[in-house]
Amino acid sequence: MLSPTAARAPLSWAIPAIVIMLLFHYAAFVAGGWYAFTDWNGLTRPNFVGLDNFRRVLTSEEARSALGNTLFLTVFYVTLSNAIGLGLAMLLNGSLRGRNALRVLFFAPVVMSPLAVSYVWKFIFAVNGPINAGLEGVGLDSATRVWLGDPDTAIWAVLVVMVWQFSGLCMAFYLAGLQGIPDEVLEAAEIDGASRWRRFRKIIFPLLAPAATVSIALPTIFGLRTFDQVIALTFGGPGYATETLATQIFKQTFGFGRFGYGAAFALVLTALVLVVSSIQLIVLRAREDRL
Amino acid sequence: MTRSPFAMYGRELGALALALLWCVPFYYLAIVSLKPTTEIFADPVGFPDRLEFANYAEAWAGTMGVSLGKAMLNSLIVTVGSVLSVILIGSVTAYVIARNGRRMGTLMYFFFVAGIILPHQLSVVPLYSAMRQIGLVGNHLGLIVLYSGLMTPMSVFLYSGFVRTLPADYEEAAEVDGASRGRIFRMVIFPLLAPVTGTVAVMVGMVVWNDFFIQLIFLSGSPAQTLPVAIYGFVGEFSARWNLVFAAVFVSIAPILAFYLFAQRQLIQGFTGGIK
Repeated sequence: MLSPTAARAPLSWAIPAIVIMLLFHYAAFVAGGWYAFTDWNGLTRPNFVGLDNFRRVLTSEEARSALGNTLFLTVFYVTLSNAIGLGLAMLLNGSLRGRNALRVLFFAPVVMSPLAVSYVWKFIFAVNGPINAGLEGVGLDSATRVWLGDPDTAIWAVLVVMVWQFSGLCMAFYLAGLQGIPDEVLEAAEIDGASRWRRFRKIIFPLLAPAATVSIALPTIFGLRTFDQVIALTFGGPGYATETLATQIFKQTFGFGRFGYGAAFALVLTALVLVVSSIQLIVLRAREDRL
Repeated sequence: MTRSPFAMYGRELGALALALLWCVPFYYLAIVSLKPTTEIFADPVGFPDRLEFANYAEAWAGTMGVSLGKAMLNSLIVTVGSVLSVILIGSVTAYVIARNGRRMGTLMYFFFVAGIILPHQLSVVPLYSAMRQIGLVGNHLGLIVLYSGLMTPMSVFLYSGFVRTLPADYEEAAEVDGASRGRIFRMVIFPLLAPVTGTVAVMVGMVVWNDFFIQLIFLSGSPAQTLPVAIYGFVGEFSARWNLVFAAVFVSIAPILAFYLFAQRQLIQGFTGGIK
């Protein structure tokens, strides 16, 4: 006689994974949350200090820059990588010479280490690097800048690197979405006399909703956690001009030994990720159903 | 579809222009690593007059007694170790979830998958101090343990989507033949999961290979330091010598880029598998 399916996969087999989850995710999460309310320095006994750390997170200059920059980077990174990714996908979906090679090229940066990629760009942005040399070469000496050392341009440089590296990921998501649209649907619309723009807006764009959900949700999480690019390009400077929540968590905790204050930053980041991701998922899923 | 030749050439030109723009960093990655030191800023844009392969030899020596070869080996050990243990944990757990009824399965599914969204920046702080106390900081084992823990939600998520669609027929046939539960999983279920196992291996492997935040915290200054940490230290020491930095960066990117060129179709599909 056959045993019921559940008996073939006893719950006890999941115990190691459950222990792992409790330790590495839930307990660590609670412990980290608890540190945020203490003055722990990583060595001596932590003292409970109530909301002191959060008061500092709300008022200190480094924290406000970090929060502002993180949100700035996330919003522009998500917007630009989606716009470019969708554009590339539309460009490469039809019959185009060498489209496979182009796909491989645009996606290649995605698999590379963000740290390594950022160092390449650091050279490109250098004072006597290619961008400034190129500008001087065409007589635009006045347009040259200390790109990474100027508070007005440094954050944009970080953004350029992120968009260059990950637009290809959005492209891949949208291409996968486009391939799911049957040719007959588009041909029928063309026969009915719908213009190209109308076909895009009324047929293609709505059918891309599932691809858009991933293309927006994933870069949002990446953007909120921005770390490698900043460490490589500017280390948060000049001043606090490119500091992000993740770089502050690292510096406060492991640089200055302020484990409590660093944990408060991390709790703010966690709350931000949870709130933004939940709202996004609810809105985007609802949009998928509606379209 | 009918299109004017003008529109078609416009598209091709647009694609070509974007492609060239995207190539710029690759161009510099290749040429700067081969330039003699004097030429780097004298002519930052152009091609080197003579190719200086010695840059690679010098970069290979690394910093702080860890050569780039050693760092690469460290990265490989940590990545392979993490991937193997995550595959084991994820496949077994997803199987249990799929075979244990609706309510229990759903409950467990959310218990695991919630871990995907929580950013690990918060949990890393207490994990670091706990693991330091038991000697798991500054060595391969510590990182493998940590990544196995952190990547479990993602692998359970990926495996669950697939195991749910597996019919129980094969298991039943194997049971009739008198196979034990462990044997059924090993010989029947696990081989059927091969496509997801590939996806999990690539995804987890890439995340671990490229991750910097955790490796910086756990391996800084240790002989077990991995490629990202080694490159970071290398730039700190040779920041003015861009040719060496670029040689080191190229060495660190080369393995994953080679793998990508070799398996690009499967790799991109692995990323976009969930989209219909």
